Amino acid sequence: MTAIEVTSLRKTYGSRPAVAGIDLSVPHGEVFALLGPNGAGKTTTVEILEGHRQRDSGDVRVLGQDPATGGRAWRARIGIVLQSAADAADLTVAETVRHIAGFYPRPRSAAEVIELVGLSDKARTKVRALSGGQRRRLDVALGIVGRPEVVFLDEPTTGFDPQARRQFWQLVRALAAEGTTILLTTHYLDEAEALADRLAVIAAGTLVAEGTPATLGGRAGAGATVEWAGPNGRESEQTTDPAALIARLTAAGADLTSLTVTRPSLEDTYLTLIGEQR
Amino acid sequence: MTTTDTALPSTARMGLSRGWVEILQFFRDRTAVIFSFLFPALLLLLFGTIFADDYDHPGLSAARVFSASMIAYGIVATAFITMGVGIATDREDGTLKRLRGTPVTATAYFLGKLIMVAVLTAAEVVVLLGVGVLFFDLPLPTDAGRWFTFGWLFVLSVIACGLLGIAASALVRSARTAGAVLNVPVVALQFLSGVFIHPITQLPGWMITVASIFPVKWMAQGFRSVFLPDSAVVYEAGGAWEHGRIAVVLLAWCVIGSVLCLLTFRWTNTRDK
Repeated sequence: MTAIEVTSLRKTYGSRPAVAGIDLSVPHGEVFALLGPNGAGKTTTVEILEGHRQRDSGDVRVLGQDPATGGRAWRARIGIVLQSAADAADLTVAETVRHIAGFYPRPRSAAEVIELVGLSDKARTKVRALSGGQRRRLDVALGIVGRPEVVFLDEPTTGFDPQARRQFWQLVRALAAEGTTILLTTHYLDEAEALADRLAVIAAGTLVAEGTPATLGGRAGAGATVEWAGPNGRESEQTTDPAALIARLTAAGADLTSLTVTRPSLEDTYLTLIGEQR
Repeated sequence: MTTTDTALPSTARMGLSRGWVEILQFFRDRTAVIFSFLFPALLLLLFGTIFADDYDHPGLSAARVFSASMIAYGIVATAFITMGVGIATDREDGTLKRLRGTPVTATAYFLGKLIMVAVLTAAEVVVLLGVGVLFFDLPLPTDAGRWFTFGWLFVLSVIACGLLGIAASALVRSARTAGAVLNVPVVALQFLSGVFIHPITQLPGWMITVASIFPVKWMAQGFRSVFLPDSAVVYEAGGAWEHGRIAVVLLAWCVIGSVLCLLTFRWTNTRDK
């Protein structure tokens, strides 16, 4: 049973194709990250899935419904975390959460959600007085207060300091642990690696790779680089079997005190993937 | 998981909840309170003081006529401009996008806006009447008939102006310029409709004809009929209070406003079923 199913999705702005034929399938309970540079089509894709934007062609199903015609009952089952909202500036955190909660058939309690996003000591603070990171955590609170089965997080940690990002990741993991399906877009590699069960790289409106953080873009099968101190300085060798190479080096009596074995990082793989498209 | 077996909240309940947070937000924004709320009262104080006594008519003074007519301006300023600017702001700061992502209905959103505007306008009218009574000896009517007229006049005026404000918000490109843009037709109409210029019969005939198309002239005339002596009717363009015609014109603008809202506001399409 899939929570999100996308087939041959297309969307063009004027003559510029923003999404040029995307296929996606996200099962229930999965954290799926959509990774790509700015302008790659991430936000357009997510907005179509949220029902905020009309597609040109292709088929889209979120919880079995077409978002373009999804009614109130469908909206009650999804949660949208906005990218850059500045609304409700004159309300307090608690007032805002309680107000939005009132639109759902069986919302979480406002206090519980505020606690979950770590804003309990700010509950009586006006929204305009929150820091950027606190404001985004409020956005998350508003996105999940209705107990959604699917949550859309569009570049949720842009502008966060490292500590706020870690806290935010804990929050996403807590949601995922409850069985919530999460579609996350980000241009931070470490974020995708830390949170996602599976991820896809999108560039120029098409998916260029899809996999788990460990296997994306053939990363698991890619060769490793072994480096060690040779008699004439650093030496290195590419190999698909580092163990055999190290055994050979040991037998040859090489100095292995500064031995390193590196695989291509997710970032290397990612840059290769989006580089190919440019 | 069972999720759809629990009933979704009713539009009426959500509309009340919207109305409440709209009111909270308005009164917490001091700039908005001072500029859009107290401005008509300031104008009344100025006009009433400058044009003190140039009516040769028992029980009538320019200040009293202003006090009655300015209620129409207060309603237009609050219901039309606050509505138009408010929706333009909601579009810009993410309020509408946020709501569109929840199970709230468009009707509940507009209901909330209308509730906010009605409460605000009622407060505005109280302030204006207070100024009229305290500074310009405006007598408050004692018979129920006049208050009944006041009641339907107020309700129709707020609904017509509010709906037109919603429709006008579609013409406004940004919240920053909304106030300026929406004030142009409002101020022009105040002059044409005999709110700032008294009596209205001083105006050229064609101006009165133009003004008669729009609601403001009729609102001002109606409020004068509530707060001025019956004998003051001689200063009206038609020589009569014309309550029936006032009601028809305002009702017609309510209908026009609703149609314009449905035509211009995109959000209504797929959500309200």
